Amino acid sequence: MANDYEMVIGLEVHSELSTKTKIFCSCSTEFGGEPNTHTCPICMAMPGTLPVLNEKVVEYAVKAGLATNCEISKDSKNDRKNYFYPDTPRAYQISQFDKPLCEHGYIEIEDDKGNPKKIGITRIHIEDDAGKLNHNEFGGGSLVDLNRAGVPLIEIVSEPDLRSSGEVDRYLKKLKSILEYIEVSDCKMQEGSFRADVNVSVRKRGAAKFGTRTEMKNMSSFKAITRAIEYEADRQIGVIEDGGKIEQETLRWDDVSGRTFSMRDKEDAQDYRYFPEPDLVAIRLSEEYIENIKKNLPEMPESRRERYINDFKLSEKDAKLLTASKYLSNMFEAAERLCGNAKSVANWLLSDISRILNEKELEPDGIPFKAEHLAKLVELIDKGTISSAIGKKVVEELFENPKNPEEIIKEKGWIQISDESAIKEVVEKVIAANPQSVVDYKAGKDRAIGFLVGQAMKETKGKANPQMLNKMFIEELKK
Amino acid sequence: MDITNLTVHELQEKIKNKELSILDITKAYVERINEKEKEVKAFVTTTCDEAIEKAKKIEEKVESGELNSDFAGIPIGIKDNMCTKGVRTTCSSKMLENFVAPYNATVVEKLNDEGIISLGKLNMDEFAMGASTEYSYFKKTCNPWNLNAVPGGSSGGSAAAVAANLVPWALGSDTGGSIRQPASFCGVVGLKPTYGLVSRYGLVAFASSLDQIGPITKDVRDAAMLLNIIAGHDEKDTTSYDNPKKDYTKALKNDVKGLKIGIPKEYFGEGINEEVKKKLQEAIQIYKKLGAEVEEFSLDIAEYALATYYIIACAEASSNLGRFDGIRYGYRTENFSNLRELYRNSRSEGFGPEVKRRIILGTYVLSSGYYDAYYKKAQQVRTLVKKEFDKAFEKYDVLLTPTSPTVAFEIGTRSENPLEMYLADICTVSVNIAGLPGISVPCGVNSHNMPIGMQLIGNKFEEEKILNAAYTFEQEYKFRDKYKPTFSK
Repeated sequence: MANDYEMVIGLEVHSELSTKTKIFCSCSTEFGGEPNTHTCPICMAMPGTLPVLNEKVVEYAVKAGLATNCEISKDSKNDRKNYFYPDTPRAYQISQFDKPLCEHGYIEIEDDKGNPKKIGITRIHIEDDAGKLNHNEFGGGSLVDLNRAGVPLIEIVSEPDLRSSGEVDRYLKKLKSILEYIEVSDCKMQEGSFRADVNVSVRKRGAAKFGTRTEMKNMSSFKAITRAIEYEADRQIGVIEDGGKIEQETLRWDDVSGRTFSMRDKEDAQDYRYFPEPDLVAIRLSEEYIENIKKNLPEMPESRRERYINDFKLSEKDAKLLTASKYLSNMFEAAERLCGNAKSVANWLLSDISRILNEKELEPDGIPFKAEHLAKLVELIDKGTISSAIGKKVVEELFENPKNPEEIIKEKGWIQISDESAIKEVVEKVIAANPQSVVDYKAGKDRAIGFLVGQAMKETKGKANPQMLNKMFIEELKK
Repeated sequence: MDITNLTVHELQEKIKNKELSILDITKAYVERINEKEKEVKAFVTTTCDEAIEKAKKIEEKVESGELNSDFAGIPIGIKDNMCTKGVRTTCSSKMLENFVAPYNATVVEKLNDEGIISLGKLNMDEFAMGASTEYSYFKKTCNPWNLNAVPGGSSGGSAAAVAANLVPWALGSDTGGSIRQPASFCGVVGLKPTYGLVSRYGLVAFASSLDQIGPITKDVRDAAMLLNIIAGHDEKDTTSYDNPKKDYTKALKNDVKGLKIGIPKEYFGEGINEEVKKKLQEAIQIYKKLGAEVEEFSLDIAEYALATYYIIACAEASSNLGRFDGIRYGYRTENFSNLRELYRNSRSEGFGPEVKRRIILGTYVLSSGYYDAYYKKAQQVRTLVKKEFDKAFEKYDVLLTPTSPTVAFEIGTRSENPLEMYLADICTVSVNIAGLPGISVPCGVNSHNMPIGMQLIGNKFEEEKILNAAYTFEQEYKFRDKYKPTFSK
């Protein structure tokens, strides 16, 4: 990106709420299921049916608002957004237009230099998700599956405060982490339950006015969003530099070709004919209601981070990494409670386990084993039953075949050799095979011990107790 | 004894005294339908065979003690915009010609719980849009008082069926006068309850903020009884109020001494037929004689109510009728090659001209650039109308007006002129705009023996006052003893 330009990015994030039932009827919100099995006359928009607002949806949205420093509106309402599409059976979405539940919030991220930066949240409102169209999947034609129709969504609209793809990435991850922490959304991107519309424009650095923006809809991968923003900003700069004008339009990002394509321009912009939903009464929230939700908000990542630094003496960096994901953080706390070794649990989570997650392209909630397993692993090492080297192999195994590490090491024969006579036997054998190292050691080269221990570990396939080896080598060589 | 000429409370007496059996009653109505329906054409769908079967079952249930209801075995007719499981609900539209709802409207459930027997679904203007029932896709219902005249609308089938003794009573729905105006045209009683008193769940929506279901009956006592059955909070309709249950028949005191009746003079001005005015003046004299305090006053805002009504009702309708898209149920065109054509042709072919007219009007007033001038302004006027009524009810218990500016007009004389048709609602719409209860009771006939209706408007949830005022008048005037439909041509 040319240095004299900066990006201006605003996001509209749609996140499905994890309520058990839909927003306006009592159908299940469970993902999947045979087409049209999680439906009823209401979410199929049969004539004469009426919506009834699920109170949990309001509660969850208020939670999200409070967790993002929003003002909660005590006087809110639903509005109809009218448009024809077969995935929208009523021919209108029930959303919120001019009186959203939450407004004027912010979340804090780091800018590209690592300084704290507040990103404004314009508003959070509630609405219902649409159904799904299956094209040519069942013998040609298009078929409508309304299982998802009526699943509750919150739309979180940011101010155009983001200035780089890096900031966008951190904003989205932070937002996702917050929603997971307060347990209002599973944020499963692969199921489309956390997706973003990305508005991008560019302007000359120092310019007061924003440039014309383009919008990329329904993006549900962090990586794709970053690439798309980079591409789109470059494209816009190219157009401007060539003397052209940016058209306000909706684009589609194609991840395979790595390009954006025009979907529709401003001329085709739909008139949604918003008006107040007459089938629902206004949403009025009392001060006590809001206060009660505020009081019962779960602990947020910042506060956990502080606690990890103070109580467990973790480094700030480790505390931050652990608390970035509620799942990881919960696993850390659960394992720590069981084994009492916070440092070790944190190390395993942030080194080997995180590395494997990365390799497998999994989110922390993709860890297949339980906190008890991790705690057991740490205990086995602390008791000297296995070495850390074996520990690494146990972690690999836990990803393949999650079960009690005790069983794993028994089955694999990985129990550490701590029997003195057995160790002595190995030590003698290694000394006999490496006369040069003995000479080096006696000549004052202490490092030689490390080499010998390494050889002994190799000999025992990592099972010998390294402390005992160390001690016994010194004793033997001093003789 | 002509069973079908009895009111429901008279039928109840006869059942109680074992003068009539449940089966006798249903059979009598089936016979009456077989005889008169071809003249009146009140039904879209009759369910006579099912009704006889049901009557037998209900008789057994009553005998075995399984069912204990004062209304067990009483027949009814239901306007064809209330969903009935297993029996088609057409809204008198080609769009829903073969639509069978998978569920019952809440009011239908309530009727079933009482052991009330449906004789069928009654004709109406398509999607309840109209004032003459001429906009039905299926047939034009005739007024039993003059078969060349319209029965009013949109609940014209319901009112005509009650007037012609094809059903003892019926359910109608009222968005801008659709219960009261046909009741007035057909010489029967029609009550539009306070918005929120009766659940709308299962009523195919025309204008959600205005629609209410209500009774059309032979007399006021029957209206109070049917209201007893259908009123009440429904968790499926959050716009229904959670008020304590009332017995509305207890309000029928046959006494209006000291009742303060306000006469809004705007409802007696230009455009109101002279014979209608004369009968209303006579009614006012009767109230005075019975000891009511009658006073004329001005309800300025009334003249804006009609425009406000058509903006709000059409706006909501344009959105409510979006779901009829040919995708999941209802009429689908055979003539399409892409989605746009599927939508356009299904809706063009499935809806009649009046429905299309209102969808277009409603879409227009909600469009960006026009919203503020129309919809928003209309909502502001709506607030003013409510305030104006609030003020009136600080002084008066009930307001008295004509139900319709004219008596029933001849079939075909207005259906080509929508504006003239819209004027038929001028006396009734402000009641819906303000969410108030209103009742129409017959107060005489004109020189051609056509019934004239008087509208009594009450404050919110004060159905008791208008019921008692209507009842007291009815007891004094004895309309049913004096006049009868003639089925003349």
